[in-house]
Amino acid sequence: MSVLLEARNITRILPGEIPVTLVRDVSVSFRAGEFISITGPSGSGKSSLLYLLGLLDKPTQGSVLIEGRDTAAMDEEELANLRLERLGFVFQFHFLLPEFTALENVTLPMRRLGKLSEKERRARGEKIMSELGLGDQLNKLPKQMSGGQCQRVAVARALANDPVLILTDEPTGNLDTVSSKVVQDILKNLAHQQNRAVVAVTHDMNFAGMADRRIHLVDGKIV
Amino acid sequence: MNIAVFIALKHLLSRKRQSVVSVMGIVIGVAFFLAISSLMQGSQKDFIKQLIDSAPHITVSDDFRAAKRQPVSAAYPHGLIDLRSVKPLTETRGIRGYKKILEDLKSMPGVLASAVLTGQALLSFAGKDVNVTLNGMIPEDLRDITTIEDDMIRGSVDDLIADRNGILLGQSLMDKLSLSFGDNITLAASTGQVRVFRIIGTFRTGRSEYDEVQAFVDIKRVQSMLDRTNRANSIIIKLDNPDDAFYFSRDLEARIGYKSVSWQEASEDLLNTLVIRNIIMYSVVSAVLIVAAFGIYNIISTVVMEKHRDISIMKSMGFTASDVKQIFLIQGIVLGIAGLFAGLPLGCALMYALMQVRFKPPGATEVINMPLDWSVPQFLIASAFALTAAILAAWLPARKAAQVLPVDILRGGM
Repeated sequence: MSVLLEARNITRILPGEIPVTLVRDVSVSFRAGEFISITGPSGSGKSSLLYLLGLLDKPTQGSVLIEGRDTAAMDEEELANLRLERLGFVFQFHFLLPEFTALENVTLPMRRLGKLSEKERRARGEKIMSELGLGDQLNKLPKQMSGGQCQRVAVARALANDPVLILTDEPTGNLDTVSSKVVQDILKNLAHQQNRAVVAVTHDMNFAGMADRRIHLVDGKIV
Repeated sequence: MNIAVFIALKHLLSRKRQSVVSVMGIVIGVAFFLAISSLMQGSQKDFIKQLIDSAPHITVSDDFRAAKRQPVSAAYPHGLIDLRSVKPLTETRGIRGYKKILEDLKSMPGVLASAVLTGQALLSFAGKDVNVTLNGMIPEDLRDITTIEDDMIRGSVDDLIADRNGILLGQSLMDKLSLSFGDNITLAASTGQVRVFRIIGTFRTGRSEYDEVQAFVDIKRVQSMLDRTNRANSIIIKLDNPDDAFYFSRDLEARIGYKSVSWQEASEDLLNTLVIRNIIMYSVVSAVLIVAAFGIYNIISTVVMEKHRDISIMKSMGFTASDVKQIFLIQGIVLGIAGLFAGLPLGCALMYALMQVRFKPPGATEVINMPLDWSVPQFLIASAFALTAAILAAWLPARKAAQVLPVDILRGGM
């Protein structure tokens, strides 16, 4: 299996009067078809590591490679394009845009990429949503759906541009047990059946246990 | 539809009431801007038209801008002997070769010119003596080169062509001396010459100081009264395009040497005042639009503050800072355009209402309407001001939105 994402000795220090080290000398790689969980106590740097892996933040030292390409020297536009085409994010809260319907939320990354026509975008959006059991929620606004449904729409949005890597931050943290199970199964299937790499930051040990590999962080370091 | 426009419209439509309120600011701003500026420009154009119409576009006088240098001074500028109290030769006043100059001028396309001999005469009637300015002109040119025909209340310029002993007098002077149309009057010049003229026309320009002293007669009669046969002391010129007067006059003076004054030069102080008036007017009406622009700034900066989380999510999806800035700039532009499209018709309605206002200024004899300028530049200026104000108002919050760092918000800084 090919390496999709690789972090080489990355360190992130927040500057300030007293600099805070969020991530300390972490090296890790992720391959297609892998489902990896990142666990650790609160403040251990799980989310910070995820933001570095997702190119939302830049490491103070070290480098992040996406499909072999070093991102250290990339400008904001190149990083944004990589996020748009190769990465998908799911956060603890669904963070759907409230003015847009579920389908519009899902097709927004496709619109930004601009490769598909309106008709093709709609068809792809409907297909992804149907696969996640949201076929009857297409034209609903986020406020008209349950938390579990919204989180599934967020997963659908993350899949919009067919990314190779899905990064999730406590994706089930705000869901009830039934909805959590549904989302966990979806993420697992995305890795195993669709050959993507799925990285999940979680406190939930059951969810972490479903992963193929578990990375445990303490004080920003892998232990 | 462009994605930035799509998102911008969604944001605006989700806040219909706030959007409408900020659009109303622009609507009122544009309407007032348009009405006030067109009123001011209308009055300015009206004033300049009167300035141009009431006097020749160019007046060539029998004078020079700088006194002629004495030949000895010209020949020996650094001479050892300084001649003092040299008295220049006495020359007969008048433009030399004025007929030739007139011929040249009249051969030019778009140029009308006529010679004038002006002089003073004493009008005695019923025991009253009044000093009158005689404007000796070629009667055939009078209609083309002056606006006196428009101000005639009795008689016509044509009557002066038919009766070379006729005179056109102002109605104020007629009233002052209790003269009647058709009366014969006696005028005495400083040369001692006395002539009898018959009143064949009366005019009222609306300027009492003019109507009380000016009189129009055949130039030949004035030449003989003033003993200045074949002389004219000025040439007056009208151009098809009065705006060309300044450069035409400068070139003419360079060619013939006589002082040539355009209407722009003669009214320089007034025109400067108009420029200052325009600056003040545009500053005041722009202030209305600037206040309206604050409405747009307010709504967009509120949206940006509320949307920090959404902006972060969009950036995590792959939107760039430039995409985000565009979204909020477009909101400002959409509000500006909406305000403009509603503001222009409202402005036209205000302008129409102002046109209906009729009033009589103190001392005036006629009721007048407010002069309004309906020209396209007025609408373009109002539109440009409104859109610029809207874009500037949106630009600041848009820039702030573009600077949002997703990781700061996702870490919990929202």
